[in-house]
Amino acid sequence: MKHLLSAADLDAATATLVLDTAAEMASLAGREVKKLPTLRGRTVVNLFYEDSTRTRISFEAAAKRLSADVINFSAKGSSVSKGESLKDTALTLQAMGADAVVIRHPASGAPHRLATWVEGSVLNAGDGTHEHPTQALLDAYTMRSRLGRLAGLKVAVVGDVLHSRVARSNVALLATLGAKVTLVGPPTLIPVDLRTEVCYDLDSVLSDTDVVMMLRVQRERMNDSYFPSEREYARRYGLDGPRMRKLPEHAIVMHPGPMNRGMEIAPEVADSARSTIVEQVANGVSVRMAVLYLLLGGKS
Amino acid sequence: MALPEAAQSQPKTILTSTDLQRVVDRIAHQILEKTQGAADTALMGIPTRGGPLARRLADRIRTFEGVDVPVGVLDITLYRDDLRRQATRAIGPTEVPPGGVDGRRVILVDDVLFSGRTVRAALDALSDIGRPRSVQLAVLVDRGHRELPIRADYVGKNIPTALAESVRVALVETDGVDEVKLFGGTQ
Amino acid sequence: MNAPHKYLIKGVSVLGRPKTDLLIQDGVVAEGDAKGAEVVDADGLVALPGLVDLHTHLREPGREDAETVESGSRAAALGGYTAVCAMANTSPVADTAGVVEQVYRLGREAGLVDVQPIGAVTVGLAGERLAELGAMATSAAAVRIFSDDGHCVSDPKLMRRALEYVKAFGGVIAQHAEEPRLTEGAQMHEGEVATRLGLTGWPAVAEEAIIARDVLLAEHVGSRLHVCHVSTAGSVEVLRHAKARGVRVTAEVTPHHLLLTDERATSYDPVFKVNPPLRPASDVEALRKALKDGVIDIVATDHAPHAVEDKECEWAYARPGMLGLETALSITLSVLGEDWDLIAERMSRAPARIAGLDGHGHDPVPGAPANLTLVDPAARRVVDPAESASRSRNTPYAGMTLPGRVVATFLRGTPTVLDGKAVK
Ligand SMILES: [Zn+2]
Repeated sequence: MKHLLSAADLDAATATLVLDTAAEMASLAGREVKKLPTLRGRTVVNLFYEDSTRTRISFEAAAKRLSADVINFSAKGSSVSKGESLKDTALTLQAMGADAVVIRHPASGAPHRLATWVEGSVLNAGDGTHEHPTQALLDAYTMRSRLGRLAGLKVAVVGDVLHSRVARSNVALLATLGAKVTLVGPPTLIPVDLRTEVCYDLDSVLSDTDVVMMLRVQRERMNDSYFPSEREYARRYGLDGPRMRKLPEHAIVMHPGPMNRGMEIAPEVADSARSTIVEQVANGVSVRMAVLYLLLGGKS
Repeated sequence: MALPEAAQSQPKTILTSTDLQRVVDRIAHQILEKTQGAADTALMGIPTRGGPLARRLADRIRTFEGVDVPVGVLDITLYRDDLRRQATRAIGPTEVPPGGVDGRRVILVDDVLFSGRTVRAALDALSDIGRPRSVQLAVLVDRGHRELPIRADYVGKNIPTALAESVRVALVETDGVDEVKLFGGTQ
Repeated sequence: MNAPHKYLIKGVSVLGRPKTDLLIQDGVVAEGDAKGAEVVDADGLVALPGLVDLHTHLREPGREDAETVESGSRAAALGGYTAVCAMANTSPVADTAGVVEQVYRLGREAGLVDVQPIGAVTVGLAGERLAELGAMATSAAAVRIFSDDGHCVSDPKLMRRALEYVKAFGGVIAQHAEEPRLTEGAQMHEGEVATRLGLTGWPAVAEEAIIARDVLLAEHVGSRLHVCHVSTAGSVEVLRHAKARGVRVTAEVTPHHLLLTDERATSYDPVFKVNPPLRPASDVEALRKALKDGVIDIVATDHAPHAVEDKECEWAYARPGMLGLETALSITLSVLGEDWDLIAERMSRAPARIAGLDGHGHDPVPGAPANLTLVDPAARRVVDPAESASRSRNTPYAGMTLPGRVVATFLRGTPTVLDGKAVK
């Protein structure tokens, strides 16, 4: 593996290797000593064109636990905000000897472009409405550790799939790993050509699902006529207590965060025992350690 | 492990299956002797073949003295200093021996002692798990060519080798057969 | 300039007919004494009427770093063109007699092709009020085609008025058909590939809805309408229907829409970003068929040079557009085959008629103006962006092997290209 640009690029063997490696990383993270010498002398650059403190911190923690040198290069207060092109930034990072660049960017495909300009590895930490592969990996990891398997799992992805990079990565990865995904939401927010099951009625899928993944819904979508009002959205597609109780006993509720409590998810659900939201954050570090190790832990 | 073609031409058997069992028995006896009956001792095998070797040693010790020595596995991949020289290696599991390592005598077990770098990495990995009272090293084969000030406490067989040669240990558990072979690179 | 030379093109096949010699003298294809003529060996070559491009972006004034009238003219001549219509979306916009006359004059000075300016329909391409169409029509540039290309004249009332108004001087409105509300933020064709890539879709219906509206408007007011860069099978059906009803509508298709599909976006390389976007193979198939059967009248390049920084960037931030002048004939040849009469119709005669360029679009036979090009149909070439005469490098065909090569082009009897090289 040279880059991680898209979850759709991962075959089942590679994806499973990442999850297995993450499991080992997680067992190491449980110990008193949390730093491993593995990537000593390697430089990881966090290149963030969007504010995402949680994702940046997760990557930073992962890199530091593997003893990599971390450089944070955020769009604010750098030459990036002065209009330097991505290509020029890439050449700068190249000159700095970056072994890996973790990029978060509002434009879909920016990591693909970056990968053509730098020699090091490129890790997509979320690009536009395209993909967020490490989120999908950590979600798969969370499902596997909670439910013991991925093959055959029924996963409902609920909400604004159209604009969600998390959904795209999850749909691709879960299909590769043998789970069965159903997209749920208003027709305006569900692309019909993702080659997966679609359902417009949340209530009808709940009783027969192992995982409900709630996506963040941005309130601005309302102004673009994707749905009439917050109230109507929450009523039709929000996961509240009564809906949660329709789920099978073992089913879990996931959310990539940050949540709109009261919109797509009720506080009662977010804080319930079914919710894996806090676990997802912890698993994020292990999965990102695994990815960094698999990208940088060998001959370049 | 893929070997160069020339090296595969005429392997020389150094230990047969019977030899290998005898050598393991001897190390088990030595451990019992040197550790006064293996009290407060844990064995930790270094993957891949150190794991089954550690388990065999524990078996023999149980047979000889009726003592249960806790066994663990210590994966050292993330501690290696030669990661950049090879394709990325898969990480194996680390199993801390029942009761942990703190305050105990830990005997690291590996198949071949060569440069000493694996053992160096194992010492680092071990120190991240806990603080043993002392650490010893048991190896099936010592082939020389040390690059670090490291020596084994228990050696099954010393085999002087040329640098170009390679020693391959096979175990029933991992390879389906017990034997040690020397592959020559000097033709 | 010296007195026009006399040329004897020996052994040429005019539009695939049996070999003959063509004498070029005094700006026309002549009959008579070839003595003293410079001989052009045309063995194996096909003579076509000089090509006419109804849709070229020359970028001057305003973006001379991307293209100038001169560099674009040279690229055109090398592509076999003798006339190009220069789109109005320059800076300043060609929405006054002053700007169109400037472009016209720069074209004359370059002297490589006839540069016929297109005037903007609305002031500043803003889609709010009509530009002074009459003033541009009566200017030295004698503008007959008006277009806000790059933008759609989306206001139906404004479009109706424009269609009506240009009747006074035989003008035509060339519409960039794109309903803007349906393409907000659009990056590529709305479909499976766009969904997968997370790029905002440009739905086919945004083009088809405008074409449908415009043909009805044109029918209602009895005006001429030209549809730029038709890109979907649905548009073809709307046009077929309109033509059957006798609506005075003509339509163009670009070489890239005849050859490339939206799968190209998978690389995220903006060299494949264009407006309207590349469409799926089913649309490409429908466009090819429509070009053959005449529902689509012409091939127009939509040659759109862009500076490196506008393409070496993120897809969403890149400007849409592709080079086209130097490759159009090869691609049309690969799509239509060696049907030279049809190629002449789609790339020269029909565009000349639509643009009202009387001196162009005539088969090179005695008595015709000597605007012609000689093509070697047997040649194959690998497209190398560095070799382009354009100031820009944004060709989507880099590395592709294309059939046919322009060997010579004559503009009013004077060679602009000889031995495959620009004369000046
Ligand atoms: Zn246009």
